[in-house]
Amino acid sequence: MAARTPRYDAIVVGGGHNGLTCAAYLAKAGRKVLVLERRHVVGGAAVSEQVFPGFTYSVCSYVVSLLRPWIIRELELARFGLEMIPLESSFLPLPDGRSMCRWSDAARTRAEVSAFSPHDAERMAEFSQAMSKIGRFVRPIIDAPAPEPASWNPKDVIELLKLGRHFQDAPVDQMALRLKLLTMSAVDFLDEWFESPELKAPMSVSGIIGTFLGVRSPGTAYVLLHHYMGEIDGAFRSWGFSRGGTGGVSNAIAASARHFGAEIRTEAPIDHIVVDGERARGVVLRSGEEIRAKQVISGCDPRLTFLGLVGEKHLPADFVAALSRYRFRGSSGKVNLALDALPEFVCRPGAEHLRGDIAVAPSIDYLERAYDQAKYGTYSRRPYINIVLPSTVDPTVAPTGKHVMSCFVQYAPYELSTGPESWPQHREAFGETVIDTIEEYVPNIRDLILHKQVLTPWDLEQEFGLSEGNIFHGELTLDQLAFQRPAAGWARYRTPVRGLWLASSGAHPGGGIMGSPGALCAKTMLEERAL
Amino acid sequence: MPVPTPFHPRTSELCTSLLYKEWAGCYAVCRYDVYVDREYYALRNQATVMDATPLYKYDVTGPNAADLLSRVMVRGFEKHAVGRVSYVCWTDEHGKVLDDGTVTRLAEDWFRVTSAEPALEWLDRNKRKLDVRVVDVSRSIAALAVQGPLSRDVLRPLVGGGIDQLKFFRAIQVELAVGGSRVEGVVTRTGYTGDLGYELWMDNPAALAVYDALLESGAPLGLLPMGLDALDVSRVEAGFLLSGVDYTSARYAFIDRHLSTPYELAFDWMVQLDRRPFVGRSALRRAKETGPMRRFVGLEIDWDEFEAIHERFKLVPHLATGTCREGVPLYREGRQVGYATSRTWSPLLKKYLALATVEAGLARPGTALSIEVTCEYERHMAKATVTPTPFFDPERKKA
Repeated sequence: MAARTPRYDAIVVGGGHNGLTCAAYLAKAGRKVLVLERRHVVGGAAVSEQVFPGFTYSVCSYVVSLLRPWIIRELELARFGLEMIPLESSFLPLPDGRSMCRWSDAARTRAEVSAFSPHDAERMAEFSQAMSKIGRFVRPIIDAPAPEPASWNPKDVIELLKLGRHFQDAPVDQMALRLKLLTMSAVDFLDEWFESPELKAPMSVSGIIGTFLGVRSPGTAYVLLHHYMGEIDGAFRSWGFSRGGTGGVSNAIAASARHFGAEIRTEAPIDHIVVDGERARGVVLRSGEEIRAKQVISGCDPRLTFLGLVGEKHLPADFVAALSRYRFRGSSGKVNLALDALPEFVCRPGAEHLRGDIAVAPSIDYLERAYDQAKYGTYSRRPYINIVLPSTVDPTVAPTGKHVMSCFVQYAPYELSTGPESWPQHREAFGETVIDTIEEYVPNIRDLILHKQVLTPWDLEQEFGLSEGNIFHGELTLDQLAFQRPAAGWARYRTPVRGLWLASSGAHPGGGIMGSPGALCAKTMLEERAL
Repeated sequence: MPVPTPFHPRTSELCTSLLYKEWAGCYAVCRYDVYVDREYYALRNQATVMDATPLYKYDVTGPNAADLLSRVMVRGFEKHAVGRVSYVCWTDEHGKVLDDGTVTRLAEDWFRVTSAEPALEWLDRNKRKLDVRVVDVSRSIAALAVQGPLSRDVLRPLVGGGIDQLKFFRAIQVELAVGGSRVEGVVTRTGYTGDLGYELWMDNPAALAVYDALLESGAPLGLLPMGLDALDVSRVEAGFLLSGVDYTSARYAFIDRHLSTPYELAFDWMVQLDRRPFVGRSALRRAKETGPMRRFVGLEIDWDEFEAIHERFKLVPHLATGTCREGVPLYREGRQVGYATSRTWSPLLKKYLALATVEAGLARPGTALSIEVTCEYERHMAKATVTPTPFFDPERKKA
């Protein structure tokens, strides 16, 4: 017999880092919260798993950049075990035997870039300052619920006016820069600043991560800005590893949530969200168990939430139409390797430059060619690869002397010309392509591999519930951000189903291990006295 | 001119930044690399080794060793077990704090005292007829602080399984396995970082061999040499005060308000009044009765308000990793009620922390004060809340 009276104030569907964050905030405010996670571990895509004994992979998401400092503070994550290790460098190996490494030490970076272009070396400081200034403008937007331009609610109008003033209150050159960022391609934008292709190629890549666009596609410049958000957090610092893998972030948030009284159940897959009379009443698990709550919060992406767990029949037609236009188009895969020893790059032997991230992005043409192949439904023959070796700074993830190598690979289009469901047949070859690519820089890489895990966009969808394998719950392009994420009019965590909220990366301000959608959803719910 | 410590041949090779300062007459590395964050994060995530040799160190031996220390310190040492370490302070006759440090009982009649300032003369002056000998071993014994969550694993190959039994604030005498031979030393589970950590004490000639063995054992675990800048951040997170920064030794106090009783430094817990007479006892009894006028506390500076002050100038606050030791005034309702002496941004907690001295009535955790913040050469106020210390207190510290 299903209980009729709600036992919980809120049920969070999905124990990803955002769902957990939302639960922690609600529990901290004294609400009775239950988190239901389908898998045996919490974390969603921010998860650490020992797929191969002794080696801990950050299976999907592999670095932390934007986890908001105020969330770390408010949820006391350091107390609950969050340990961050900053990435120290950005290494670019080149096939011709040259290489460039950008360091935390600015003078050292200047010297390295100088070898490619003395002009660029000097311009970097200017560029970084300009980007930080714009970042200052963007930050209030990502740290608050999305503005609502269509609303005549006085509170919304005032907020919008404040934001408008904030935006307008800038010199003309700043305004021009902002417009360029909003409209240009990453490469065109960088061309205005730098001359060295070796510097521009790895920089441009941040414009395309998780989108099905190329570095020369208009609109990609904007995403470059996200790279500078870490810096404008002032005392925060940019990219880092979480000790024990990115699952460490999720585990710390889960520990905080439990401390504040939230209940977390794993291996509890949901069959559907119960909607009756246009209102969410609870959930039914695949086991048949029904659990009621005053509010239901989804930590899953918009497609899975609405079309998968709620069902079209409970939704207004225009919302369903908007959802069907919301682009996922997963474009990346992941290869995790367990290595017998530290790989040695022929262009620069040694270990010092392997403690940060390593970009296989030797030229802009290389990146654009990689995109060309993906456009017509094949994975790139020579993809962009972002490599990290967290075991170089975090000895807990591999046995002594051995290493884990995480390779983020783009492009791996969800829509293969043979159909997404054919990915399993291509998985092995896709993995080989990645290793072939790395082999051009690390000739003995194959001798070092003890274990290999290959995740295609299809696997990301099937195993992690990421629709079309999109790592950000929908592309991070301007038309899918802020008040349009996931659909115009529904960017403030509310959904067309009363009592159902969206707290995932598919909500404002979007993907990455930020925690903001989860935290802002909870804050909105509490402010609106929804529970 | 500062003198090099026995580790200098190694540390000077590693110190690529060439940033040193003088510490008790010795060269001390501020940071090995211009990028100090690496050392800080190694401390909190892996392990670090720091040259702690400049600390003043005294061996107190003889049948009356415990009696002398009981007479000088604010607590008794007669019943202090062998193998135990205590953190303690000592005062002058007026009950004003002279220094703070550790006392380790290495044998029934052998103690080792560490201090921030020289203490030989003070110990000798109070000896009177006691059968005790005080030897300054400051420059003959070298010290290393091995701190961080993996410090135990770093030390195991040198110390052996004994390291796993060593409890918090306990000491063992060991034979350290270094480079195929063995050298005598002392390991204490102590430190100034508020983390799991140990300190190694050895005779100067063994110093380099121990250092090399540590670096070798620590390499696969991510051990890094650490300088004083990262230490200064961690000690604020741990809520540890520093002589000369957070309080003035009675020896250097020029006016009365520079003086502090143990109660004002929140050292109440270490003072044992009901025992045989000791230096400062009657003054401390009176001080306890009247209660302190001011109190040493931890503060958390409201980051949102701090940011808002910068936002007025369209700035984003940038705080480099490091501790600022310039005192700033604290207010409540427009009246100055104290001062903050150490301020640091905690990269771990994402909080702006301070160590401060405030009027005793305002020392309760949760009390809201205002701290002066200078931004663009203008003075502003931000909220600062009295917070219990340590700010960061990981379970592993005592586990």
